[in-house]
Amino acid sequence: MGKLLVENKTIVTPGEELAEGMDFLPAEGTFRDKDKIISSGLGLVNVNGRVIKTISVSGKYIPKTGDTIIAKVTNILMSGWILDIDSAYSAVLSVKEAKDFIRRDADLTRYYNIGDYIITDIVMVTSQRLVDASMKGPGMRKLIGGRIINVNCHKVPRIIGKKGSMVSMIKNATDCSIIVGQNGVIWINGSPENEIIVVKTIKKIEQEAHISGLTERIKTFLEKETNKKINIEKVE
Amino acid sequence: MGYTKRNDGRKFDETRPIEAKAGIIKRADGSAYFKMGKTVAYAAVYGPREIHPKFLQNPTKGKLRCYYNMMPFSSVGDRVRPGANRRAKEIAMVTEKAILPVIDLSKFPNSVIDVFIELPQTDAGTRCAGICAASIALADAGILMSDMVAAVSIGRVDDKLVVDLDYSEESYEGGTVADIPMAVISRTGEISLLQMDGNLSREDLKKAVEMAKKACSKIDKIQRDALKNKYEVKK
Amino acid sequence: MSIEQKDHILGFLEKGIRFDGRKLDEYRPITVERGFSENAEGSARVTIGDTEVLAGVKMSIMEPYSDTPDEGTMMINAELLPLSNPDFEPGPPGIQSIEIARIVDRGIRESKAIDTKKLCLKKGEKVWSITVDICPINDNGNLFDASALAVLAALKDAKFPSYDGTVIDYKKKTKESLPLKKLPISCTVIKIDNHFIVDPTNEEEKKVDSRLTVEVEEDGTLCALQKGGDKPLTAEDIDKMVGIGIEKSKELKKFL
Repeated sequence: MGKLLVENKTIVTPGEELAEGMDFLPAEGTFRDKDKIISSGLGLVNVNGRVIKTISVSGKYIPKTGDTIIAKVTNILMSGWILDIDSAYSAVLSVKEAKDFIRRDADLTRYYNIGDYIITDIVMVTSQRLVDASMKGPGMRKLIGGRIINVNCHKVPRIIGKKGSMVSMIKNATDCSIIVGQNGVIWINGSPENEIIVVKTIKKIEQEAHISGLTERIKTFLEKETNKKINIEKVE
Repeated sequence: MGYTKRNDGRKFDETRPIEAKAGIIKRADGSAYFKMGKTVAYAAVYGPREIHPKFLQNPTKGKLRCYYNMMPFSSVGDRVRPGANRRAKEIAMVTEKAILPVIDLSKFPNSVIDVFIELPQTDAGTRCAGICAASIALADAGILMSDMVAAVSIGRVDDKLVVDLDYSEESYEGGTVADIPMAVISRTGEISLLQMDGNLSREDLKKAVEMAKKACSKIDKIQRDALKNKYEVKK
Repeated sequence: MSIEQKDHILGFLEKGIRFDGRKLDEYRPITVERGFSENAEGSARVTIGDTEVLAGVKMSIMEPYSDTPDEGTMMINAELLPLSNPDFEPGPPGIQSIEIARIVDRGIRESKAIDTKKLCLKKGEKVWSITVDICPINDNGNLFDASALAVLAALKDAKFPSYDGTVIDYKKKTKESLPLKKLPISCTVIKIDNHFIVDPTNEEEKKVDSRLTVEVEEDGTLCALQKGGDKPLTAEDIDKMVGIGIEKSKELKKFL
């Protein structure tokens, strides 16, 4: 016995009543107050059977174990590097977790220097939000050249697309290398004209992420900008 | 003689016209514009972010810091000298206390949420406009909040209780005046800001609180609409 | 910033475009709105791209300075509000806001844009004092030019309040404008490596080698200059940048 008080997939605001009745289960972004389920922030409400959650649409990146991100080196210590991950918290990359083996007395600036951007994984987040990074995984490296843009990290899934289909479509159309960090930091490298098209496309996805038919619209947009025909591969 | 008709013709329980927008300052993590009559407030939220200096860090909970400032050209009459003053500091503090009940500080330890409130134009009710703007801006910034907060000044002008006192009423000379700014937490109706300037009977205070709750529930709808307008799926 | 990132922007500049697709001498879209404030004697809101700045004029009556007994006074003040940029801190104006205020002030003062003699009410006793305050709302680069434009627009918008000889009635505005003789336009040109660009975004401001703010009167006369940035300029650089400044000022003038 329970009643939904809002329409699924609509925007809800903090303190808004989402459902009443003990049947519903409050998940991420919601809490129970007596027999009501309440939203604990601004988000898109998502009802799946009896489980109600809200998906954040705004706000800074919150580091999660397993995320692959793009970070900027802001400080170098004896034991490693301090990274700005575009979040409330910095991450630490210890010497042991760098991509290659580094001798004890080596000059760390020769590997990653202040201002360098790197692709790295988040391997641990403590309850006090101390964040550990590691570059041991595949594809981890220092980024050379290219440019960095910042997007709303909540739009990253749409920018990447199902199994990477959206970002692949953009890469193929523009011949650019594109790396999308889960923290909303994106690295782009290609010819100037094509990079500008990539940035325009990503900004368009950011603004129109919630409107249906996104993939078709982006395909049309890219075709117009690059004067190339694009084939969208079916993704299972 | 009594205050029989409001200076601008409003009903006694009517707020001035309100306009609210979310996300209008691109560099901020969250922001809002809130206009109540002639009083205009901007609020920008930066955070959660690292707190400096380091000794202010608290490993169990984060910090909420509010700042309030009137721009030098914001009032009728003399220029407002820029710089922190005691009034601004006090307003910043009560603003912080008005919002704190809906924020769970334990969710962002070792960091701070900074809320900057700036007023380019003032006509009384500035701390209330600031709180209304701040509440929208915090939600816009994706901060976890159990509810939203609205605020309004109830006044006693001579023999009448009125909602949303403007400057002409605050400085009314035909009788005594009381100015009672209040902030109300939307769902529970609890009061998180209560101040009073002037003199007031106990019965009038009770009535004023009820009037504030009613007025704030209308303001609350406008605040939520501002957020939904920014994020709503446009079909 | 790393060498690799700097080289990357040079690849763009060599082709005559910037990260956002603009040409090197292209300004972002500009809007100027006059009179947004009901309480100030004059006001203006300027946007250049996403950068937004408010300026407000306040007038009062004071004793003149002893060395200029028949002239009114003018002061420009800027506060880099922490509201507008995550790197701005609350507190008294830092050197950045002081620099912006003083550059804009110099342009207006040196060009004698305001006829301060016309601000005199009674020699040696009473003169009008004009203060313009600059308050950025969003800083997405080029606060210099946005602030200068906002101040000029606000001065143009300003009207004297009523004064009966003893008391100023701020609530009653007269139809009398400020005695503005000229409108000096500010254009900031920046040098990255050996390329010159105008209207930098925040990202571009971080890569600046040097900058030159040029303030120009209608006939091309320079009325203020300020060089900033860590690297020096050659004589050719300066002439080139001044030329760009004069050219661009004609475009910017149209917004007033």
